[in-house]
Amino acid sequence: MSETPLLKVSGVSKFYGSRIGCQDVSFDLWPGEVLAIVGESGSGKTTLLNCLSTRLMPSAGSVEYRMRDGNFRDLYHMSEAERRFLMRTDWGFVHQNPADGLRMTVSAGANVGERLMAVGDRHYGKIRETATDWLGRVEISADRIDDQPRAFSGGMRQRLQIARNLVTGPRLVFMDEPTGGLDVSVQARLLDLVRGLVNDLGLSAIVVTHDLAVARLLSHRMMVMKDGHVIEQGLTDRVLDDPREPYTQLLVSSILQV
Amino acid sequence: MATPLVVSEVSKSFIMHLRDGIKLPVVNDVSSSVAGGECVVLGGPSGIGKSSILKMLYGNYAVDAGQILVNHREKIVDIAAADPRTIIEVRRHTMGYVSQFLRTVPRVAAVDVVAEPLVARGIDAAEAKDKAVELLARLNLPRELWSLPPATFSGGEQQRVNIARGFITSHRILLLDEPTASLDATNRRVVIEMIAAKKAEGVAMLGIFHDEEVREAVADRILDVSAFSPRKAVAA
Amino acid sequence: MSADLATYNFAYLDEQTKRMIRRAILKAIAIPGYQVPFASREMPMPYGWGTGGVQVTAAIIGPDDVLKVIDQGADDTTNAVSIRAFFQKVASVAVTTHTKDATIIQTRHRIPEQKLTEGQVLVYQVPIPEPLRFLEPRETETRKMHALEEYGLMHVKLYEDIAHNGRISKTYAYPVKVDGRYVMDPSPTPKFDNPKMHMSDALQLFGAGREKRIYAVPPHTEVVSLDFEDHPFEIQTFEQDCALCGAHGVYLDEVVLDDQGGRMFVCSDTDHCEDRRDHGHVGEMLAPNKEAAE
Repeated sequence: MSETPLLKVSGVSKFYGSRIGCQDVSFDLWPGEVLAIVGESGSGKTTLLNCLSTRLMPSAGSVEYRMRDGNFRDLYHMSEAERRFLMRTDWGFVHQNPADGLRMTVSAGANVGERLMAVGDRHYGKIRETATDWLGRVEISADRIDDQPRAFSGGMRQRLQIARNLVTGPRLVFMDEPTGGLDVSVQARLLDLVRGLVNDLGLSAIVVTHDLAVARLLSHRMMVMKDGHVIEQGLTDRVLDDPREPYTQLLVSSILQV
Repeated sequence: MATPLVVSEVSKSFIMHLRDGIKLPVVNDVSSSVAGGECVVLGGPSGIGKSSILKMLYGNYAVDAGQILVNHREKIVDIAAADPRTIIEVRRHTMGYVSQFLRTVPRVAAVDVVAEPLVARGIDAAEAKDKAVELLARLNLPRELWSLPPATFSGGEQQRVNIARGFITSHRILLLDEPTASLDATNRRVVIEMIAAKKAEGVAMLGIFHDEEVREAVADRILDVSAFSPRKAVAA
Repeated sequence: MSADLATYNFAYLDEQTKRMIRRAILKAIAIPGYQVPFASREMPMPYGWGTGGVQVTAAIIGPDDVLKVIDQGADDTTNAVSIRAFFQKVASVAVTTHTKDATIIQTRHRIPEQKLTEGQVLVYQVPIPEPLRFLEPRETETRKMHALEEYGLMHVKLYEDIAHNGRISKTYAYPVKVDGRYVMDPSPTPKFDNPKMHMSDALQLFGAGREKRIYAVPPHTEVVSLDFEDHPFEIQTFEQDCALCGAHGVYLDEVVLDDQGGRMFVCSDTDHCEDRRDHGHVGEMLAPNKEAAE
């Protein structure tokens, strides 16, 4: 069991004027751990995700990340160049809408290969080989490599987005409602795929979702947010099977049983 | 060697916030221990909190008070106070749980469901699969089902997958929540044999068995849960 | 020049504007390949006619300069003739069509075949200065990418080319890296001319009027065309020789002669072609004894 966390979050708050985006969020994320952040729309979960991933600067708090050299760096005090480098190598960000995370007008192969080229790969054949391999891992057939994501279904686009993010072997992946907007059967396939990849690669992940089934399937641990605050957190099956807070009980009891 | 599982003065109640915050006491002052090679069976009428106790021990339910001490890799871990990461670690290496119902994952084949706990412990996938196949065969699960996802299996078939998954590891502690409920006589006997084998290996087991035949066969000791019922005092 | 108040200031632009443009040019020279914003003026010609190049030329030209203007490689096309006439009128400078005689050469597409020399300035008219534009439409983002040297996207474009055509099919405005730092769009010059930009003895200035950007490649600066290890940069090659002057290894234009499929290939650089013919070189088309010999 690794004795150092990957991410140390302390007192992260974000205010929009007098309104609270999220307030005083603290937690550690460990290597290989998947954390789900659940809550209804407007609960602050996406604000928190954006703060953690440095897409948004918080009003207060700090986030420290353990770099590959083992040293912790405060993300909010890194230069933009370092942060952007981190984001395209050691991190991934999977958007709810694949069009936000993909280049819709370049081919699937180039979408996957972009990060490789960004870190200096200059051998077309090798880039293409890696891209083909990754398309296979996300169950996109190799003969679609030169097609643009515009010609892909929603589920395929999402899988492509995942491949594009994972090609550089990131250690931390942020996901914002990764299955939102997909058909149920497509969701199941995607969830299974993500679950498998996370396990195989030993990734750490922070997944924002309003879908408790997604949280149960993917995460080890979850945080429930309401009005910008984390109101309950713990082992995923503990929170779902023995919710303590009134709001969590309401959330859990609102799940439709099939 | 330390006792694998010690439960000390554990209490649990549910507060139902959606029903005006009424408090439903579950158990009070549960204290017991399970030694290595011992199978303790929880007894008492249904609704008395037997399943809840297993869930607390597994970290699935939070406890209000008390300690649940597990000997995890020669260190004592208090499940009642442990952080999620520690509980996951204990589940992966020390404490297994066979529930009544299988929670299926879409698209994952039965054999992989069974092999998964081994793979999670870092055992080679092929080796884990061999062992899974062996267990499924022993539990008489039709061979043609092995490569199918168990979502569409019958209750008995799902339960056998679940048992195989629970028994595949060499966890030192096993929690068994009616593992034989939907099994036929043949397979019940297989499970009894498997439990006996675990005992011989020194595994500490705590279980719920409503079936008298199985209970008689496996129990070293019956722990009467009604003794911990908060309603006991009221009834007396 | 007449002292009449109604005449234009020398070289059309007022002195303050020229000073502003010169400052931008100096900055551009100091940071090779970097796009310097400048307050582009309205010029008495439409955007797309070379307003950026004209402003750069106007800012650097002096009474002693000799100006050559080419459009494609030709001195005699509308655009070239108009701009040349413009400077004759507003700056009364000498003009030429001979590359070697010119001190300033304003060009829309080509770099002359004849090697440029120290002291010469090549002014490019640039339509779209941003090489990353079609991949990343946000100017805020592309500027950041330049600042942080994030150029992976440029190779995405080349990757796409190879994926769809089996080779890098981009033939003009082929991206280059200047002095090992900034990726630059060399304007719509054919990639045939890219190698001429590398370590050139002449100063190269680029003006984009509509986009309000100036950039530069100082003399003796490294200019490297981007490529892949397994798909190296190569220039176009022509099987034919120039039909008029017989030149080989120069950039050729295809000229359709009739509607029967008749065509010829001639030098795109008209001055180069004429110069060769003056020196007695003769292409297939002009060979006088061709038929007689048969």
